[in-house]
This record gives sequence, C-alpha cells and structure tokens, in this order.
Amino acid sequence: MINKELLFVSHLTKNFISQSRSTTVLEDVSMHVNQQEFVAIVGASGCGKSTLLRIIGGLDTEYQGSVTLAGKRIAGPGLERGIVFQEHRLLPWMTVQENMEFALQSGSKADNDQLIDEHLELVGLKSFRNAYPGQLSGGMAQRVAIARALINRPEILLLDEPFGALDALTRLKMQQEILAIWEKEKATMIMVTHDIEEAVFLGDRVIVMSDRPGTIKKEVVIDLPRPRNRSDVVFNKLREEIYQEFHKE
Amino acid sequence: MEGVLNKGKNLTIKFSSIWSVWKRIIVPCIIVLIWQGICLSGMVKAVLLPSPVQVVKAVGVMVNSGEIVTHLLVSIIRVLEGFALAGVLGIGLGLGLGIFPLLFELMDGTIQLLRPIPPIAWLPMAILWFGIEEGSKVFIITLGAFFPIFINVLDGIRQTDQKYVELSKVLGVSKGKFVRKVVIPGALPFILSGLRIGLGYAWMCVVAAELSAGMKGIGFMLTDARSLAQTDKVFVGMLAIGLVGKMMDSILRATEARIIKWRRAFTGV
Repeated sequence: MINKELLFVSHLTKNFISQSRSTTVLEDVSMHVNQQEFVAIVGASGCGKSTLLRIIGGLDTEYQGSVTLAGKRIAGPGLERGIVFQEHRLLPWMTVQENMEFALQSGSKADNDQLIDEHLELVGLKSFRNAYPGQLSGGMAQRVAIARALINRPEILLLDEPFGALDALTRLKMQQEILAIWEKEKATMIMVTHDIEEAVFLGDRVIVMSDRPGTIKKEVVIDLPRPRNRSDVVFNKLREEIYQEFHKE
Repeated sequence: MEGVLNKGKNLTIKFSSIWSVWKRIIVPCIIVLIWQGICLSGMVKAVLLPSPVQVVKAVGVMVNSGEIVTHLLVSIIRVLEGFALAGVLGIGLGLGLGIFPLLFELMDGTIQLLRPIPPIAWLPMAILWFGIEEGSKVFIITLGAFFPIFINVLDGIRQTDQKYVELSKVLGVSKGKFVRKVVIPGALPFILSGLRIGLGYAWMCVVAAELSAGMKGIGFMLTDARSLAQTDKVFVGMLAIGLVGKMMDSILRATEARIIKWRRAFTGV
C-alpha cells in the first residue's frame, strides 16, 4: 500500500476575478501525495498555498487543470477529505461532545459515542467532553478540531496552518501530537504552513512555493528518522536549504 | 495579630458589599432629594410638580382602593397578548424570510414599507376594525412589538458566520441540520434581543394607545387623573409604568442568561 499515489494535482491554475481585474493565484501547479505520506507545503503568506488546500478540500471548485483523489476528480467537499482550519471553528453553543456529534452523519447513539470517545482519547481530551469551546485553551480547541476532522475516517487530512494562531510552546507540543496521530492512524496528511522548521520537522516531503503567482519552486525530501532532532546537523542543513529558496529572487 | 488582620478584612468585605448596593440606588436617591427640595422651596405649584411625599401618599390611597392594580392588570394582559402574537409572527416570518430567499424577495418590500408607519398611527383604523377596547389595543401592541423582533431575527440569521457555512459543507451536513444546529442557535442572542426590545415597544404602545382612546388601562388612568388635576396620581401611574416595564425586561434578561449559557457578556472595561 505504501507509496501508492492517492492525490494528483496536475497543471492547476487558479485565477481570482474581481470586477475587471484578474489575478493569477496559482500557476501550473503539479504535485502528488502518496498514501500515508505527510507532505508539508511552505510559502510566504498570500502565495496561494491555502487556495491550493481549499481546492483539494473542494471548497473552491473553479480552476483549470485537474485535481483527482484516488482517480476521481474533485468537484466539491467530501467526507473522504478532512479539513482542519487555522481557527478551530468549533461551534461555541455546543459542548465538545456535541461538536463531535455534529460531524457525524447518522448511526446509532452507541456507535457514535464510541467513535467520539476514541477520537477524543486520541487527542487526550476525553475528560473535556462536556466543556464549551469558550472554556478551552487555543491548543485544546484545535485538538478537538483535529479529532472532529478525523472522526469520519477521511482518506486524507488537510491542515491549513493549524498551529498558526498558537503560542510557540503550544505549537511545539501540537507538532508532536499531530505526528503521533499520523503514525497511529497511518493517515495521509497535507499541511500548509509558513514555518519552515515545522515543515522539516513533520514532512516526508516539503514543497516550497513562490508567491504571485503561486508556483512550485522546489521539492525537498526529508529523509530523516522520526522523532527528528531540531538541533541535528542534517535537519538544520535542510532547513537552511529551504530558507535560502526565499532569498533567491 | 491574626484576629486583628481578620477583623480588617471583614470590615472591607462589609464595606464593599454595602457599596455594591449603594452605587445602584444612590442616583435615584439624589434625584428624589432634589425633587423634594424644589417642592419645599415653593418655586413651583404643587399641582404642576407634586412632591415625592405626596406621590407616596397617593400610592397608598390607590393601592388601597385597588385602582392602580385594576388598571395595571388590564394593560399587562393586553401587552402579554399582543407580545405573544408579535413573538410568533416575528420569529416565524424572520426565520422564514431568513432561510428561504424566495420568501424574502416576495415579502421584504412590503414589510419595509409598513415599518416606518408608527404603530399608533394605525389606531384610528384599528378602532374601526377591532373596536375601541381590547381589539385595537392588542393590534397596536402586536404591530409595535413585531418589527423589532422580526428585524432582529432576520439580522441574526444574516450574520451566520461564513466559516461555519464552510465547515458544514466540509462535514456534509444536511440543510435541515445546518439550520437547526448552526443558523438558529447562532441567531438566538439576536432573537432574544429582539424579544426584549419588542417587549419594551409593546409596553410603550399600550400606554400610547390607552392615552388616546378607551376607558381602561394604565394609560387611561393617566389622562383621567390629569383631567381631574390629580397630578400626584399621574406620577404614580408613570412610576408604575416604569416599574412594570423594568420587571418585564428583567424577566426576559434572566431567561436569556439561562438559555445562552455558552456566552459570557461583556460588562465594560
């Protein structure tokens, strides 16, 4: 199963048309993601990396080129793709439990409860099931959002700068946790981030994007065993290599 | 040593709890004192400004005779009837127009055209249509309370966060579930605000309608007392209107706090 290609993006171009002007956000982007792979996409803000993720998620359906998941063209959102947004997007009037239930389509109460239990356990928040989002810290809320995105057992999890709004220490902790989840669930993940170190720490591959229009500049394979050591020489060499990409132009 | 410290602490606690009561009633107390002072100074005729003492005496007389209670009850019942009708119509139409675009296009123009007409301007026709006592009063109240409720419900639905719309798409949530779990709970604070404003309008409308026509209700009691030059009674009536209005609002506020447990109110910087 490993190394089987799951997601294909080929010659993707996306224009935003506002009034009379047309802006090219993504230009001729081609990439793929293998099953059980962790791909990180880095780029400056406004480079279109989030747009790319939204297109894969099916939230933006007007584009040129082709985007296919397991051979099927993406034409809208689907449960086989889970999304974690930069903000947790938990509904403030529902408890953690109710927010998880909201993500479930149908099924018996007992089955649903078990699924919710399992997924809250996964992010270590089982005892917070009756809390309202307003009572959780930013990191905890984002963990619930991850659990919610995983509850329908998606084939691929899309993470759109999920830790961008968290403080530095929480961020490091969350990186460990997402890695643990990725390993445990044997999940396929794409994470968009502007943090190079985060990308090198997590990704099997790091895709570097340029901005305006967004194109793929470089692809760096991170062939380091996990858990990775941030002070490791190779780690820092790779980080430096990606960092240099942003200073080229 | 410890005892002394504790004593000091207790004193501060006592003082702060006294202050918390006082800071709410100190302004009314000063107003009453100034009012009494003006009356004692003889600057104005007693009939134009009865003193607080006179007003308090009038309260005693009117409570004993049952006059005030009878009129207040008539008005309160009218308000409750009109408010209930307005609540059903306002929430119903607000939800309907907010959720179904076709309904909005069909109805919104008409509703917006009727809105600027002050409810009391309907009174002449309402009396002809529904009679001078209950019917016309309830009609005016319903009309007065309807618009703030309707508009708040509609606004509440309109402000549904685009982020939750996206989330619901991603999670494959059905339209019905989306309305029940996202749109309505999100609009609930607005709906409750609309109800509170509507109840205030209802109470103002009943007084206005009773001032203009009819032989019952607190508004009628005011004009009646004025025509007999019993201005102390007019003041009692006004105070009663204020008190009942405040009580109604407090009841709705308490309900609001119970329903919206998840939201913590901003109480100022």
